[in-house]
Amino acid sequence: MQFDAGIEIHVQLSTKTKAFSSSPARFGEKPNACASEIDMGFPGTLPVVNKEMLKQAIMLGKWLHADIAEMTTFVRKHYFYPDLPKGYQITQDESPILVGGYVDYELNSKEKRCHIHHAHLEEDAGKSVHGYQHGISGVDLNRAGQPLLEIVTEPNLHSIEEVVAFLKRLHSIVTYLEICDGNMQEGSFRADVNISLRKDKNAPLGTRVELKNMNSFKFIQKALEYEVSRQTAMIENSEPIVQETRLYNEAKNRTESMRDKESAHDYRYFREPDLPAIWINKEFIDNACEKLPASPFDRRLQYIEMGLSNTDANIIAFNRYMGNYFEALSKKHDVKIISNWLLGPISALSNKHQLTFKNLPLTINDISDILSALKDSSISSKMAKDIVIFMWEEGKSFKTVVAEKGFRQLDNEDELKEILHRILKASPKQLAEYRNGKEKLFGFFVGQAMKETKGQANPEMLNNLLKMLLSNSEK
Amino acid sequence: MMLIQGILMFLNLLVKIMNKKIYEYSLSELSEALQTKKISSVELTKTFLDRIKRYNSTLNAYLHTNPEASLEAAAQADKQLSKGDKSPLLGIPIAQKDIFCTTDMPTTCGSKMLEGFYSTYNAEVINLCKKSGLVNLGKLNMDEFAMGSTNENSAYGAVKNPWNLDYCPGGSSGGSSACVAARLAPCATGTDTGGSIRQPAAFTGITGIKPSYGRVSRYGMVAFASSLDQAGPMTASAYDAAMLLNVLCQHDPMDATTQKLAFCDFTERLTESIEGLKIGIPEEFFAYGLDPKCQEIIQKAMKQLESLGAILVPIHLENLKYAIPTYYLLAPIECASNLARFDGIRYGYRHAKTKSIRDIYELSREYGLGDEVKKRILIGTFASSGAYSKDYYQKARKVKQIIRTDYKKAFLEVDAILTPTTTSTALKLNEKNRSPRDIYLSDIYTVTVNLAGLPAISIPIGFHENGLPVGMQLIGNRFKEETILRIAHRYQMETNWHNLCPEPFKD
Repeated sequence: MQFDAGIEIHVQLSTKTKAFSSSPARFGEKPNACASEIDMGFPGTLPVVNKEMLKQAIMLGKWLHADIAEMTTFVRKHYFYPDLPKGYQITQDESPILVGGYVDYELNSKEKRCHIHHAHLEEDAGKSVHGYQHGISGVDLNRAGQPLLEIVTEPNLHSIEEVVAFLKRLHSIVTYLEICDGNMQEGSFRADVNISLRKDKNAPLGTRVELKNMNSFKFIQKALEYEVSRQTAMIENSEPIVQETRLYNEAKNRTESMRDKESAHDYRYFREPDLPAIWINKEFIDNACEKLPASPFDRRLQYIEMGLSNTDANIIAFNRYMGNYFEALSKKHDVKIISNWLLGPISALSNKHQLTFKNLPLTINDISDILSALKDSSISSKMAKDIVIFMWEEGKSFKTVVAEKGFRQLDNEDELKEILHRILKASPKQLAEYRNGKEKLFGFFVGQAMKETKGQANPEMLNNLLKMLLSNSEK
Repeated sequence: MMLIQGILMFLNLLVKIMNKKIYEYSLSELSEALQTKKISSVELTKTFLDRIKRYNSTLNAYLHTNPEASLEAAAQADKQLSKGDKSPLLGIPIAQKDIFCTTDMPTTCGSKMLEGFYSTYNAEVINLCKKSGLVNLGKLNMDEFAMGSTNENSAYGAVKNPWNLDYCPGGSSGGSSACVAARLAPCATGTDTGGSIRQPAAFTGITGIKPSYGRVSRYGMVAFASSLDQAGPMTASAYDAAMLLNVLCQHDPMDATTQKLAFCDFTERLTESIEGLKIGIPEEFFAYGLDPKCQEIIQKAMKQLESLGAILVPIHLENLKYAIPTYYLLAPIECASNLARFDGIRYGYRHAKTKSIRDIYELSREYGLGDEVKKRILIGTFASSGAYSKDYYQKARKVKQIIRTDYKKAFLEVDAILTPTTTSTALKLNEKNRSPRDIYLSDIYTVTVNLAGLPAISIPIGFHENGLPVGMQLIGNRFKEETILRIAHRYQMETNWHNLCPEPFKD
């Protein structure tokens, strides 16, 4: 089966205020606490375009290699719904803010490119809350008027893996730019996937089915897998596929028809008369791009040149703040050790505590201290992994943790030798067995030594000494 | 010699003023009286509140008053006056069309849908009036959501024409025109989407100006057709209108369609001569079923302007015939969209017996909205839906551009354009056999101006043999309100039509 997919991605922009009003664009407030007369569509209210919203779209446009509209206009899209206060949504139609462009991403170490059709700005609707009191539905308009950038791709994606890899790349770009918090659970980054299947590349395009309601990459993957098997079976049985919108039901792991006569909708688009056309000049674009950080695409190439693997370079480059850590640390430390640490213990801790690299409790110097101590072998890597946990959870510096918890590496040869002598003496049985060829017992002696030294023995030195002593006694 | 002449002129003025009742004072006369403490704002406000009490039941011009709030504002103005505040409009009463949102009085927009609705904020026009010290007397009746030409479409009953109670005062700003004509307020605000300031002004013998689109903030003004709506003053004279425009014409960051223009004092050049000004007379405007008597009166006014030094130039505005269909597509399309918010969910009327969300929409709109409004929502919905959008909406937008170009060309040659305001004098109330088509066609002289976004003023120029006033329209180039105000003022210096108060409303 040939798989064709195009995606519409709703990116909730991280502006301080709403798209067309000065109400705060915040989550988690009491219902309607962030809704003004304008957001509630009170009589006489008018929208005003949030310039910050335009700037964020322009920043993304730069990285998507899109054409930034010289003139952009807004339209009204009409439908009745309780959470749509004005009876229309302000959106864009004939002259959207961004046109064209593409996103490069990697899949199984291969470079791929997905083209963008356009991206347009619009306002979000509110939320209907059903049964908040017995038998009563309410409307919460806090979300009404939140700015969205809807990115529409060309049908350039030809496998489920491509869809997911592309979306992950786009997700990292918008969060890197900090124009979106990327929270898929809360709907800050929502993808509606249009897929169609056909027997092979030469067959005419199949019927399009739109999949919605997938709020994680995992669910996108699962929804697509379900949908592909459903449609494949239908095509093989020569059953017609209905053009429709289907919702993913995560509890049942299947897609379900929305049973919505979408084709019957007539949105009666027309120019929003309250908002004159906006002319975007070079000065405005320059101003918007002032805050543009170093591109992750450039960083990625640079990191590979510095000696990172493709995979590691990808992950670190597309995480803006991890990249900052990496670059700062690379001035003093080996890049491979840095990447091992950033992607290993530090990432593990940040996942555990649900923090991003933007707000790690560890500074660059904190991590640098650990890496320096590892390098001069004053601590073992096992110790380092314990130390970093104390530093993170107790908010203490490397020095303090080492001093308080007594972390130091025992690398005095005489002292270690003496300890080993004692152990060998105390375990004549094991020693005899070892000598009779049960070499596995080497580990037993290491364990004893570590126990005796509270884990502080320099492992390399311990190994060497132990080997030496064991063979010495043989003689 | 000069001095004696000056003194004589002053005495003349004094006699004139002394014979005038306070409610007949112009705004500049009121300003003078307040500034010189001849009268206090509280006394003045009481005078008008008394007149409202006495005459409003006859006219039905006011929908809401709040005497307590009015008198409090007046007392505040008196305090400012005693401190020596010289703001020219300080302490002068005004009445507001019920389309402007207010927090201290309901805002119904003439509709049952908004019965008892209190806004949570004040319209920018209301705020600007407050800031300049004007005292709000109350809110004025109007056609529902500003849709209508007779004021009969108000859910709160028709307004009557003070010159003849069997006739309408025009619409949609009928409450405003009747109230100023009968001097139940020295001045009022109106709004004009297709003639709703100028036509009622003409029907009641007062002065009304629709400023250029983008001059006055629409924030807090309940929207009818957003690309055409514009607020403006309705007053006795052009001079009074200029004084109010000084307050109302401001860029508003809350209304993206208002223009950032340097402040100009509209009264400054008002008294300058009109000698050599070229006034275009579009032939097409005098060909469409214009009442012969009205035509005669307009011709007389034209001669008078000529004698004052204006040069009359025949011009052509060929696409006038497309104005009505264009307007009656664009305005309903925007109206259908703007009125979608009246759904019974968040505010306003909700039908009592609703079982589902569909019921809330359908029954609330069915019973909350009047026939004319529903008619226009239907037309607008139809003309903007699916394939019809291309045939109607898109085409209408193109024709709008053509009409604009017509005017642009004309203004290369002339400084202003003179036309009748209406095809006839005021229409009789409760006429059963009026077809909507005839009513719509009667807007022919006014709607083109809205489509082109131009300023236009209607001034009284005499009386028809039926005893009703006749108006004349002067259209200016974009943002050239000053020119048409100057012509109007020059004419009013020579005539007395604008000073007349209908007999039954004199003390």
